[in-house]
Amino acid sequence: MKEVLFYLFAGLLLLFSILTVSSRKILRAAVFLLFSLVLTAALYFLWDYLFMASVQLMLYAGGIMVLIVFSVLLTHNIDHKFDPMEFKKIIFSALLSLVGAVTVIYVILSHPFKTSALAAAPISPEDIGRGFLSYGENGYILPFEVISILLLAAMIGAIVIAKKTTK
Amino acid sequence: MNIISQVTDSAPKYIIYDFGILTSRIHEWLSSMMNTTWTSVVEMVLIGVVFLSFYALVGLILVYAERKVCAFIQCRLGPMRVGPWGIFQTIADFIKLLMKELLITRNADKFLFNVAPFIVIIASFLAIGTIPFAKGIQALDFNVGVLYLMSVSSLGVLGILLAGWASNNKYSLIGAMRSGAQIVSYELSVGLALMVVVIFAGSMQFSEIVQSQATGWWIWKGHIPVIIAFVIFMIASTAETNRGPFDLAEAESELTAGFHTEYSGIKFAFFFLAEYMNMFIIASIAATVFFGGWMPLHFGNFAAFNHAMDYIPPFVWFFSKTMFVIFLMMWFKWTFPRLRIDQLLTLEWKYLLPINLVNVVLAAFIVLMGWYLI
Repeated sequence: MKEVLFYLFAGLLLLFSILTVSSRKILRAAVFLLFSLVLTAALYFLWDYLFMASVQLMLYAGGIMVLIVFSVLLTHNIDHKFDPMEFKKIIFSALLSLVGAVTVIYVILSHPFKTSALAAAPISPEDIGRGFLSYGENGYILPFEVISILLLAAMIGAIVIAKKTTK
Repeated sequence: MNIISQVTDSAPKYIIYDFGILTSRIHEWLSSMMNTTWTSVVEMVLIGVVFLSFYALVGLILVYAERKVCAFIQCRLGPMRVGPWGIFQTIADFIKLLMKELLITRNADKFLFNVAPFIVIIASFLAIGTIPFAKGIQALDFNVGVLYLMSVSSLGVLGILLAGWASNNKYSLIGAMRSGAQIVSYELSVGLALMVVVIFAGSMQFSEIVQSQATGWWIWKGHIPVIIAFVIFMIASTAETNRGPFDLAEAESELTAGFHTEYSGIKFAFFFLAEYMNMFIIASIAATVFFGGWMPLHFGNFAAFNHAMDYIPPFVWFFSKTMFVIFLMMWFKWTFPRLRIDQLLTLEWKYLLPINLVNVVLAAFIVLMGWYLI
């Protein structure tokens, strides 16, 4: 069952990823990107990695995609249909991405992954929270705080840029 | 089938109706007939069919209820012709809607125009699975339930944006942009308001949140912060479902019908149904998180009273609480005047969000000090 679903999702994911880069209308490309991001979340759900799947849906599909669609809607030529690519360029980019894919697949297949005897168990949100805030072993307090400060700086920067200047 | 479980010493006494036994019996019965793969397939199809028919049923009831509530608030009678008190009016409307021609505007992007209603309805379909209707009747009981709900409910706005643009109509596009700005901003408040109850319950799993309210609902166990959170949740979620007084995405007097102006027939019905189902989902989440969901009304140590309440089935509790919240939302819609877009964004960013952030800190402090009823 899981295998069938995996191949279904993975196949659709490949199809929509190719459509994203080959679509000649910008908003359609955004929609295909949305589909591939949702399908990535579906793969996480398939592996019972619920937290990651929810975060993927919330940040990428619900957050970044909304921003992309919003900014596309604010641009001039949304309904402009781009000219089809030159044949030479298509061949060149196809070759380049093929080389990239082969390299990545080769590295993954040749890497000696250690298998654990423990059964796969769903990760509880408590563990993730403790991991974020502990400074012992397996603690992520430093990256967590650094990213928090970065986000705060970005937020303040956005407000300063968007603020009306009164003269 | 025996759905009233034996009350054993180990099991908590307040649960008489356990539908988990019914569902596990069905699972065993299906497993005895076929292998695991087909059992999962059949179960998925069954759950899908149940939810689809539930959608149609709840949609019909809510549209009728909305028209009646609106009519009574405006001193009218509402639909009266089809059936006694007009109860078959929505069914007649639905049949009419199904037979309408599907129109499409010239030069519209056909693919996006057709895909948009599906995005909206699938987003609400993903969200309804998390709602616990009774003990054991819940399609998706994730340990990140609240986070999952917030993430799938943020998908619907994409359907609205695409519908507005693909219609090739300026009213639709303005409506969609307003709706997008509104949903993106109010999502924050909905999430933070739910966070307060997550802090109190100590879990994001909906079944655990309901279970933690066996001795009393959070709305009075958690007193001040939860009451503030409930008020903010009601305001923000009404805005998130694009309902009045926040319905400027489809303000009739300015934008004809907003993002779904160009839709007709079944595609319009999808938007309409999704809007009402989102209202139902929001109301049932409010009922689950603040009013104990299917948990009966319990008061501390009044054993006789609590036991009497236990005999009322959980469905009755769940749907009466949900209907109460839905009635509140309808009451808002027909009482308050519509906000302007700048007032709407001011309300969210300058009032609700700061209050909410302070409220989360207050809730964390109260939980830390243990100043709440357990």
